[in-house]
Amino acid sequence: MDFQQIIPSMPYILQGIWVTLQIVLIAGLLGFAIGIILSLFKIGRISFLRWFADAYTSIFRGTPLVLQLMIIYYASPQLFGTQIEAYTAAILSFGLNSAAYISEIIRAGIQAVDKGQKEAAMALGVPYNKMMKDVILPQAMKNILPALMNEFITLTKESAIVTVIGVTDIMRRAYIVGSDKFAFLEPLLFAGLIYYLMVLVLTFAGKWVEGRMRRSD
Amino acid sequence: MIKVEGLYKSFGSLEVLKEINAEIKEGEVVVVIGPSGSGKSTFLRCLNLLETPTKGKITIAQDEITSAKYNPQKLRSEVGMVFQHFHLFPHMTTLENVTYAPIKVKGKSKKEAEQLGLDLLKKVGLSEKANEYPNRLSGGQKQRVAIARALAMEPSVMLFDEPTSALDPEMVKEVLDVMKSLAQTGMTMMIVTHEMGFAREVADRVIFMDEGMLVEEAQPLDFFSAPKTERAQNFLQKVL
Repeated sequence: MDFQQIIPSMPYILQGIWVTLQIVLIAGLLGFAIGIILSLFKIGRISFLRWFADAYTSIFRGTPLVLQLMIIYYASPQLFGTQIEAYTAAILSFGLNSAAYISEIIRAGIQAVDKGQKEAAMALGVPYNKMMKDVILPQAMKNILPALMNEFITLTKESAIVTVIGVTDIMRRAYIVGSDKFAFLEPLLFAGLIYYLMVLVLTFAGKWVEGRMRRSD
Repeated sequence: MIKVEGLYKSFGSLEVLKEINAEIKEGEVVVVIGPSGSGKSTFLRCLNLLETPTKGKITIAQDEITSAKYNPQKLRSEVGMVFQHFHLFPHMTTLENVTYAPIKVKGKSKKEAEQLGLDLLKKVGLSEKANEYPNRLSGGQKQRVAIARALAMEPSVMLFDEPTSALDPEMVKEVLDVMKSLAQTGMTMMIVTHEMGFAREVADRVIFMDEGMLVEEAQPLDFFSAPKTERAQNFLQKVL
């Protein structure tokens, strides 16, 4: 092993962090937003929306993420009438995919909130929307934070597959450096280290937020 | 104040309430007793539409709440409810628990609601706990906060669903004392309880239920010393 030879390329690989972070962050927020809406559909009374949310989850969980990514990217002229950028395709497919998982996490979190909370809010005359926003969701969020953090960690690692549509994230850059130097082990190990450190940071951040939210315990 | 006519409630094929007729006058304190599974709680929950009656008519303060056009939100600021397991909002402080509904449902200003909230917490003897979270309170304190929270909506009727059943014995009294002083203010109250001593002392009227039916109605003294029906006699023999 000779890490000397990739030192000049390290900044190039490191710049991939921003690409990865951007994709994960925007896709994560998109997935979270759609996930909340889907979870509300799932526990709601309108059967068409319930069916839609269940079908959505079933399809996105039941097919490979890399397939979804390739459909959205390579088939975008057929789907949207124009070729979208690889970066956009990555955010879109990760966002839509993680929404399916997040909606399940939130649904379970909402249903784990004591039924009495809903009744207490109803007995005070609190309308459904406010009850969800102020009473049920804050409690659900606390329950699901570890699972949600897990989903973001998975998303960070899985984002490496954007390399197949040519987005120059950490993974792609390591691969490019490898084929440039005819030595793959070192740049790939370096990329692995970066991913691992990012996951560690996320894990600690999650623990910190969890701790803050437990103030009321 | 409250008029119940021919109330039925079924859960699937299980008939929980059968032909309930009752009337509660303004300022009256009515205690509902009966064996578990007799439908007491369901009856109470029908009165603020936490359960939808299968059949029958309920009128509260001239409004027929069982009519399809009636908006349950309106009812619920008219009728306060206290639950066996308190159901305080765990992520809000004591004061926030009390002020939440006045602010978000009645549209009171934060300042106004907090003034009212602090007054009510003082009434239930918990001023110094205003900024504590519910998990730091004892069961009796939680239930007193729950009473303050219901009162904050300024209801004209208060419903109590076994308010002391989940409490340790030494905390029962502090909650009953708060309820007693509330009764003295002329609040219309309907209380499901197993506290016979409290019923005897505070109730204007006792309703005895068994197997989903209203079996006997009487003044507390008459009821406890000389129950008319055999079912009430049997029940009292077991609990007294």
